[in-house]
Amino acid sequence: MNQNDPLIIAGKTYHSRLLVGSGKYQDLEETRLATEASGAEIITVAIRRTNIGQNPGEPNLLDVVPMDKYTILPNTAGCYSADDAVRTCRLARELLDGHDLVKLEVLADEKTLFPNVLETLKAAETLIKDGFKVMVYTTDDLMIAKELEAMGCVAVMPLAAPIGSGLGIRNPYNIRFIIEELKVPVLVDAGVGTASDAAIAMELGCDGVLMNTAIAGAKNPVLMASAMKKAIEAGREAFLAGRMARKQYASASSPLDGTFF
Amino acid sequence: MINIIVNGKGRQVPDRYSAENLVTDMELTGHRVAMEVNREIVPRSTYTGHWFVADDKIEIVSAIGGG
Repeated sequence: MNQNDPLIIAGKTYHSRLLVGSGKYQDLEETRLATEASGAEIITVAIRRTNIGQNPGEPNLLDVVPMDKYTILPNTAGCYSADDAVRTCRLARELLDGHDLVKLEVLADEKTLFPNVLETLKAAETLIKDGFKVMVYTTDDLMIAKELEAMGCVAVMPLAAPIGSGLGIRNPYNIRFIIEELKVPVLVDAGVGTASDAAIAMELGCDGVLMNTAIAGAKNPVLMASAMKKAIEAGREAFLAGRMARKQYASASSPLDGTFF
Repeated sequence: MINIIVNGKGRQVPDRYSAENLVTDMELTGHRVAMEVNREIVPRSTYTGHWFVADDKIEIVSAIGGG
């Protein structure tokens, strides 16, 4: 079904609308299996100091999530300033042979992990000037989302609830405003807890959903990855199909004509 | 010998010591890493000719799991 309904980000066509993170798994084998089961084509990774003294033969994340199979989306998780985020993206571009698609997130606060929108705007400006294609994590503020689009971000990714909280879509009306007003893809990033949350995001008309903890934090991550894949597809189809109008009272599904009682 | 700082830790290295030497000594040859020295990216293609000077702050990074 999704052959005719691609997601296009920065000119590249994707057939899955589920984007997944690669963090919080028990081991790389679980990462590999869950990523495969999700059907995702875009996988986020973090950039961190190389572990000096680690076994040189040890497998590496990019061995189980290879660059020739997936679009690797380096993030700036853990950055609290525009400077740190820009530095991280430049290292990521060097690390990934000039790959310039990045997920920008600049955080404001450790407890909520809410974005620091002021620093995010600064970082986005620098990165776009420097040739990066920026997918940006932000609040569900329509004006900020529009500003990020106007600056040239290739996708705007409002949170649905705090990162890793699994609280679901707390702000469907705000998310819908953003979807209605923007031309670039709008993806829910953060807050999804289970399959129905993902379906709700897609039913709102989101172009995609990015998640990590909802899969990695499930009791069976591989099975949850499969559930999420289906929820994203079901939600997208429901959105395209156009749901029935809500009514106050019942409306019989069987005809009343021809009753014999 | 000079002292350089690699991923936050001091390291004594010979006076003439390149990015390539560091990668080799850290057993990172063939691994996908990126390097910055004093906040400037050092492209992989220039490791051989990039000589460190005393007190250089070097960061060597990799991709790890993250969301």
